[in-house]
Amino acid sequence: MSGPSFQRGYNALKEEIDAPVAAFFSSCVHCGMCAEACLFFTETGDPKYTPIHKLDPLRKVWEQEYTFWGKLARSLGIAKPLTDEDLTEWETLVYDSCTLCGRCSMVCPVGNDLTYMIRKLREGMAVAGHAPPGLVGATRRAVTIGSPMGVKLPALQAQIQHVEQDTGLKIPVDVENADYMLLLSSMEIMNFPEFIGAVAKIFHKAGITWTISSEAFEATNSGIQIGVSDIAAELVQRIVDAAAKLKVKNVISPECGHAYMAIRWEGPNLVGKPFPFKVIHILELLDDLRQQGRLKLKDKVKGSLTFHDPCQIARRGGILEQPRHLLKELVNNFVEMPESGQMNWCCGAGGGVSSNERADELRIKAFQRKKSQLDQIKVDGLVSACSNCRIQMEDGLEAYHMDLPILSLTETIADHLAD
Amino acid sequence: MTDVDFLMWVRGPAFNVATVILCAGIVVRILGIFLMGRKPNLAEARGSEMVGGLRTMLHRSIPDAGTFKRSSLTVISGWVFHLGLFVVIFLFVPHILVFEQALGFGWPGLPSNIVDAIAVITIIALLVKLIHRLRDPVLRMLSEFGDYLSWFVTILPVVTGWLAFHRLGAPPPALIAIHILSVELLMVLFPFTKLSHAFTLWIARWYNGAISGYRGVRS
Amino acid sequence: MNKDQTIGEILRSKGISRRSFLKFCATTASVMALPPAMIPVIAEALEKARRPSVIWLSFQECTGCTESLTRSYGATIEDLIFNVISLDYHHTLQAASGEAAEAARAAAMAENEGKYLVIVDGSIPTGNPGYSTIAGVSNVDILKETAKGAAAIVSIGTCASYGGIPHADPNPTGAVSVSDLINDKPIINVPGCPPIPAVITGVLVQFLTFGLPELDDLGRPKAFYGQSIHDRCYRRPFYDKGLFAESFDDEGARKGWCLYKLGCKGPTTYNACATTKWNDGTSFPIEAGHPCLGCSEPDFWDGGGFYKALSKPTGDIGKTAIYAAGAGLLAGAAIGGVMHARKQAAVHKHQRATIDDLGEGS
Repeated sequence: MSGPSFQRGYNALKEEIDAPVAAFFSSCVHCGMCAEACLFFTETGDPKYTPIHKLDPLRKVWEQEYTFWGKLARSLGIAKPLTDEDLTEWETLVYDSCTLCGRCSMVCPVGNDLTYMIRKLREGMAVAGHAPPGLVGATRRAVTIGSPMGVKLPALQAQIQHVEQDTGLKIPVDVENADYMLLLSSMEIMNFPEFIGAVAKIFHKAGITWTISSEAFEATNSGIQIGVSDIAAELVQRIVDAAAKLKVKNVISPECGHAYMAIRWEGPNLVGKPFPFKVIHILELLDDLRQQGRLKLKDKVKGSLTFHDPCQIARRGGILEQPRHLLKELVNNFVEMPESGQMNWCCGAGGGVSSNERADELRIKAFQRKKSQLDQIKVDGLVSACSNCRIQMEDGLEAYHMDLPILSLTETIADHLAD
Repeated sequence: MTDVDFLMWVRGPAFNVATVILCAGIVVRILGIFLMGRKPNLAEARGSEMVGGLRTMLHRSIPDAGTFKRSSLTVISGWVFHLGLFVVIFLFVPHILVFEQALGFGWPGLPSNIVDAIAVITIIALLVKLIHRLRDPVLRMLSEFGDYLSWFVTILPVVTGWLAFHRLGAPPPALIAIHILSVELLMVLFPFTKLSHAFTLWIARWYNGAISGYRGVRS
Repeated sequence: MNKDQTIGEILRSKGISRRSFLKFCATTASVMALPPAMIPVIAEALEKARRPSVIWLSFQECTGCTESLTRSYGATIEDLIFNVISLDYHHTLQAASGEAAEAARAAAMAENEGKYLVIVDGSIPTGNPGYSTIAGVSNVDILKETAKGAAAIVSIGTCASYGGIPHADPNPTGAVSVSDLINDKPIINVPGCPPIPAVITGVLVQFLTFGLPELDDLGRPKAFYGQSIHDRCYRRPFYDKGLFAESFDDEGARKGWCLYKLGCKGPTTYNACATTKWNDGTSFPIEAGHPCLGCSEPDFWDGGGFYKALSKPTGDIGKTAIYAAGAGLLAGAAIGGVMHARKQAAVHKHQRATIDDLGEGS
């Protein structure tokens, strides 16, 4: 049976429920603190964006399939079973108003990892045909073309040519036995190709051998965003195959939030076995180089800078200190945002939200949270390490008539490399 | 049935039944959680699951500063009534004797007049919680019958206990019997309502801390 | 003594001074927690009261209640008051025996029909009436027969009031209280095992002075049983402060701390022990270092144990909890196993998802 259906979605939810999910739903006391941690609630005031409320369809399935009294209540007609209408109603809650940023999971007093559960709920929503059309389209392109934005190899090659011209360095493609294989997000390739040049400069100075695979260069994993593990696995497998083909020991995850989550933490679990290579985030690598003395910088950035922690890299990924070590080398006046590090606020566009045109208005509204953080500090520039965050923040600053340069950390480092 | 007969019944067969339902029910619930299983994590670990899990089990009780500012009423009233319940249940000598009966050992208690004052504070905090739940838009949207039932069976023993201690409103044997009965009601409903969070939140917090700790994040 | 003499006349004829008499009235007033203004009222009532006929029936009893009453040390006034009633029938105290004693009872009943007071001590066996007989007549029959013409019945002691010791589990004789058998006469319960002597005489004085006293819902005169031991106990400050004796003769016990942990039933026991005390105000069990047994309450023998604290459940809940947890493990394993299997079935039904399974895209 092919095609989306409610039965498939329902069965997927049954598959997804595990011991943590059962513990979480058993423990929720309806305290509402998760709402106050979610930027979609804080910037709209609409209670329906309460994270645990977004999870109601999953809770129903747990209760009615896996608890004695829940099953009894359903068979007696006391409890209503989950319906396709429910999933229709929940579509905007599960996709448009959630970036999987993870703040709710940090705040819940009984310890619920709500983000973990949203990810699982999307498995059912998607194959029931209730994922946003924008995200479905991106996923289709990711599978058939190789990039959610439809970036094919020729487009990459064209950008590479520009970069080679600008930097005077060769960008190694399909080089076997390199130490590192770099992945790139479509966003970087099309909107911020300077990133490629920055990486080239830094690696050249540091004496690192690296390459890009022409067969698997895409870092973004739409399967993760839409929440279909089978598709996410297919996308990860391409990278695994390419890494094997090129015999690389390390794969670099670039400045893209979800890409890191997809390859570093979900990857081996999706394909069903540990990777034969290590996955390293570009910031981790840069900080390693700094520690080893292979990253010499000059002429500190003038003025003050602050850092936006991309959710999937910092709070959900575990890379918190490295950007700060690097920034201390780059700028004298580093200002932390109020609520920084693992409690920083989401930009509002991750987790598939930016691929979902229907959610445009909502994500610009949600950006007010980041804006209010920025309003509390006076800085000359904002640094981050995710191109999706960058685009969202540029959109947001424009919408609110704010003037603040947004920089990539890698690019800024490259700009300040000592000779 | 006289007051004394009623008291003997609540101290006797009714307490046995409530104990059975509470203990069996909680064990069934906990097993029901664990037996759902969890897939092993094949990604390379950055940190320890166990250390992360244990840390979150304790630390999650204390919110970070920003969260506290945003949710101060929830956090403060929650802390107050939980601590109050802890004192009233576990540090009042007549109650410690019940645990002594069950466990074979007891522990020192607080002066009863201090427990009395804390009971009043606990009742006030619980009332604040109810009003908050009835007025806040998020809480109103989330709240179901189970939330109000849980609230009721939690505050009832504190109120009836306070009345029994002060011997107000009915003959003391009846007051004590009603108090014990209200505790038995709480015990019986524990495994089947969100009250079970008293036991399951340790599991939830551990999973949360383990998942994050694996990635090197302290959640 | 002349049956028509008033109590006042009798007392004077015995040489009891007005002063002593008034002192007795004052003591009685204070035992009943009445204000000093009532003393002349009591005095006047007793002055004018005629000696009522009293028939004392002893059934399944240990005679402790009689012993208690007659063991009034130096309370000659009570003795005299006792003599001032016409005790026309009492197994232990009467001179007559056998046929003569029964004849005396019958005569008193006939002469004072509708006016005599019946006092009962001991419970009444109903399992087999033969368990307790007097002159071949069962207690049940004697009680019913004697109650017919009584003005009121006073059940002295917990046995007569509530069944007492014989009534305790498993109650082999089918012992019942007076009020279980008689429901058409006013009954005053004066429980205690035994009751305090001053309370016994106090109830009688109260009856003579004011008629039927105000009774609580267990039939006890509120004047003497209206307060719990706990509310009048001199050790109450220690209870309130949470200072308890842990065992007999430990430091707390020697310091006179509260005996709650040793099983004191003071909080649920109503009697005058903490105020009137025993042996003419010498002491009472708690003061002597022993927890109150609750002996003036129904079923105090089955109250969970004299040394088990009032808040403790009576069953072995530790064992119950462990068995319940064990049963929970079995049930939980079974239910959990079913749930696990159900999940595995869902996993088994998994169809690999492709982009054709996502619905409309844009």
